[in-house]
Amino acid sequence: MLDKNGIAKRIAKEVKNGYYVNLGIGIPTLVANFVRDDIEVEFQSENGVLGMGPFPFEGEEDADIINAGKQTITTMPGASFFDSATSFSMIRGKHVHLTILGAMEVSENGDIANWKIPGKMVKGMGGAMDLVASAENIIVAMMHTNKRGESKLLKRCSLPLTGVGCVTKVVTNLAVFEIKNNQFYLLERAPGVSVAEIKNATEGTLVVEGEIPEMNL
Amino acid sequence: MINKKVDSIEEALKGVSDHMTFMLGGFGLCGIPENAIAELARKGVKNLTCISNNAGVDDFGLGLLLQNKQIKKMISSYVGENDEFERQMLSGELEVELTPQGTLAEKCRSAQAGFPAFYTPAGYGTEVADGKETRVFNGKMHVLEMAYKADFAFVKAWKGDEAGNLIFKGTARNFNPLMCGAATITVAEVEELVPLGVLDPNQIHTPGIFVQRIFQGEKFEKRIEQITVRQRS
Repeated sequence: MLDKNGIAKRIAKEVKNGYYVNLGIGIPTLVANFVRDDIEVEFQSENGVLGMGPFPFEGEEDADIINAGKQTITTMPGASFFDSATSFSMIRGKHVHLTILGAMEVSENGDIANWKIPGKMVKGMGGAMDLVASAENIIVAMMHTNKRGESKLLKRCSLPLTGVGCVTKVVTNLAVFEIKNNQFYLLERAPGVSVAEIKNATEGTLVVEGEIPEMNL
Repeated sequence: MINKKVDSIEEALKGVSDHMTFMLGGFGLCGIPENAIAELARKGVKNLTCISNNAGVDDFGLGLLLQNKQIKKMISSYVGENDEFERQMLSGELEVELTPQGTLAEKCRSAQAGFPAFYTPAGYGTEVADGKETRVFNGKMHVLEMAYKADFAFVKAWKGDEAGNLIFKGTARNFNPLMCGAATITVAEVEELVPLGVLDPNQIHTPGIFVQRIFQGEKFEKRIEQITVRQRS
């Protein structure tokens, strides 16, 4: 089974040379730590920066330079700043190649829910609805089950949706899935996790074709 | 040159009253019009509708107006990190309209640019699209979103001049340039009000035509929400 860093490490393998990538808050933010350093990638943050770098050294934080998680950051050579409309032109206009975001629930038809628990928690969707409505290459990073051990990979989402039929790939602490034909296709198992364990933890329709390899991290 | 400079914060906020709709720039606490917000809190105007990506934190930014119960309705994309906001929203004291961030940006820009409405794919199939017109373009569903209408826009820039020209710094730019000229009156507060001719016309982010009043803010706290650092190796 993977921890959050393990999920990020696996997703980092999906980041290809020449990609502009938008990373969501939480596990997705960790992906930047694991991207191979022999490829050229630029990270976009929807609050208005392209070419995000690592966190600043202590004492060098700048209140005017933050990411979408409101964390202080630095920029890489070649970076740019822009307004929020330009930022979402990059996203809506499909100029960003890969979007990685977290979710509370994902369904077998590619719906995603990650912004609201009615009566309990309403933080808002931020840029997530814009991202999932337009991006063609979306990877969801999430824990496979909730704190009560219930599956978050469902037949239908129970929470208010963020987007419909948009998720194509899911990486959890247990496995990697592709979503197509209204089903979760099991692609890889996390180290030490059996197909039976994955079946048990998945409420949505699961397709297991042939021998399922263990992830190569 | 048409002079936009006002000499005091009182003059900058002249005409502000109860029941008005305001746009306020900023993302989180980054690039928010701190001086205008402090003055709105001091004036105590009430029943306000505020269009702002976020709602500040409990004791800073728009959180100050929430504490005073000056806000009737918030229009935002993300409102986490604010306990008082959550309390007022869940108890029904505060009306909240959550809008996707890119849509919020474009609703400001449309108001600035004279577009009454636009279609976006964001929010289709979700409760954000409830009651809105939808239409297929290129085989994909889109939602019709209306431009905002506001009485005042309060924005914050790094540098500006008396002609109202503005330059922003870093990610403090965010929604600020889009709100300029998107309301009846745009009030810009700047860290540094420089003499005419100092700003290079090639480097202006927002031309002065979109700004009605400009002043140098007395104080900018520029609070950081999440200080994240790395170790020197």
